[in-house]
Amino acid sequence: MATTNQMYQTLIIEHDRSPRNYKRLDAPTHHAEGRNPLCGDEVSLDLTLDADGVITDVGFQGHGCAVSKASSSMMTTAIKGKTVPEALALFDQFHAMLTGQPGDRDALGKLVAFEGLAVYPMRVKCATMAWHVLKDALSRES
Amino acid sequence: MSEAVRAQFPIFARTSRGEPLVYLDSGATTQKPQVVIDAEMAFYEGWNANIHRGVYEFSERATLAYDGTRDTVAQFLGGVRADEIVFTTGTTGSINLVAQSFLRPQMAPGATVLVTEMEHHANIVPWQLVGATLKAIPVTDAGELDLAAASRMLAEGPALLAVTHVSNTLGTINPIAQLAAVARAHGVPVLVDGAQAVGHFPVDLTSLGADFYCFSGHKLFGPTGVGVLWARQALLSEMPPFQGGGDMIDRVTFAKSTFAPAPQRFEAGTPNIAGVIGLDAAIRWVMSEDRVAWQAHDEQLLHLGREMLAKLPGVSMMASPEHAVGVLTFTMTGAHPHDIASILDSRGICIRAGHHCTQPLHARFGVQSTARASFGPYTTEADVLALGRGLHAVREIFA
Repeated sequence: MATTNQMYQTLIIEHDRSPRNYKRLDAPTHHAEGRNPLCGDEVSLDLTLDADGVITDVGFQGHGCAVSKASSSMMTTAIKGKTVPEALALFDQFHAMLTGQPGDRDALGKLVAFEGLAVYPMRVKCATMAWHVLKDALSRES
Repeated sequence: MSEAVRAQFPIFARTSRGEPLVYLDSGATTQKPQVVIDAEMAFYEGWNANIHRGVYEFSERATLAYDGTRDTVAQFLGGVRADEIVFTTGTTGSINLVAQSFLRPQMAPGATVLVTEMEHHANIVPWQLVGATLKAIPVTDAGELDLAAASRMLAEGPALLAVTHVSNTLGTINPIAQLAAVARAHGVPVLVDGAQAVGHFPVDLTSLGADFYCFSGHKLFGPTGVGVLWARQALLSEMPPFQGGGDMIDRVTFAKSTFAPAPQRFEAGTPNIAGVIGLDAAIRWVMSEDRVAWQAHDEQLLHLGREMLAKLPGVSMMASPEHAVGVLTFTMTGAHPHDIASILDSRGICIRAGHHCTQPLHARFGVQSTARASFGPYTTEADVLALGRGLHAVREIFA
């Protein structure tokens, strides 16, 4: 039972209840939407990048499980102020942690709250969905 | 009574996540009794061979066991003809066969197939693939079919009525005989998805009024990858095959091929021989059990489960139909079904979360996803109570 308490850490429950940056941006430079057809979870993501490629604002909306909602919320706080390569590198570290690969856990900050998910492969996609949407949004020309 | 049934299923000696197994997902697939596991293993260990055309001992034995299972199925379905039993890959395979071989060759472009709002995607998508227009009989707030609407919609003369015998999401047992009588009066053929029915109560196709009946082995304590389509020989013999290959032909030349009679015509290629042998064992096992007692037990657990959930704060049933098999489908305020399922999983409790392949039904009830606990004859009162304790734990985390 300890393992699930790891999955539902206080931080995750807290972000599920009070998601950060839960908003639409008025004039986003980048936007993408994602859907998990297996569970019906949906995320819509808006980003504003400045001329230097720094993510200056980010907002998400959608519905899903606590893991996906908290992950979306924590992603928005983690990437705000980062450059695009920095944000993508963070996803690589996050993905490595969730799939049990070696990597720089220290770089993840609060995102280590999701580490317990690594033993639940069926739930890893809940935590990575927002990040895949981020990647999709960044790959589109504004 | 469930203890005597349960003792025949080796999986209940196992743990899940280190906890005693509480299996409440029989709607997705049932567990397998030892006799089914033994039957498949005995075939592979003792007399594995391909069927038909082999004249040696093992092939002969495999052929007799494979084709002999048609007799077992025919008897199980109330005493229909053995040559009306087609082996498929499952309910989905059976419905697709009817869509491709019955409906497509004779339908007018855009013809209507009448389904219901509670259908599984397997009884929706195959009709769309052949270009049919779907109309759906509404489901009431109680989770039952609106029979007045059904009569009106049948009077419009759809090309087919395709209806589930038992809802996989609500547990509703639909009044098939009544619907089929109305359909017959309007000359509408009837396909019944029996996937969730045959494991719960006896089905007699000699009186049900269906033209096509489909079910899967794996929801009937048998193996995955095997299923049955039943249709009267008069219908089957008029249907062209939709898959060609070995074992379904009469004579093949480069100019033209002619086909074997039904049911062989619909069984191209080497079939799931071990699966059919396992299905035979499963059906014989079911018929040897006291199914009247099974139903009483199922109803008792359903009653207990509904009462228990009604007392849990924040828990709402999707619906509570009057005639139903043991299925509890619900939501909990503040807790997403996947989180409910994960927390229960950590306690060894297996339920399903999501849309259960019934997105239109979820849309009808205005929810994205639900949590579903579904029972089998091996389910105990202790399983249901464990679910209740697990849901209290969910509330503690999310309330």
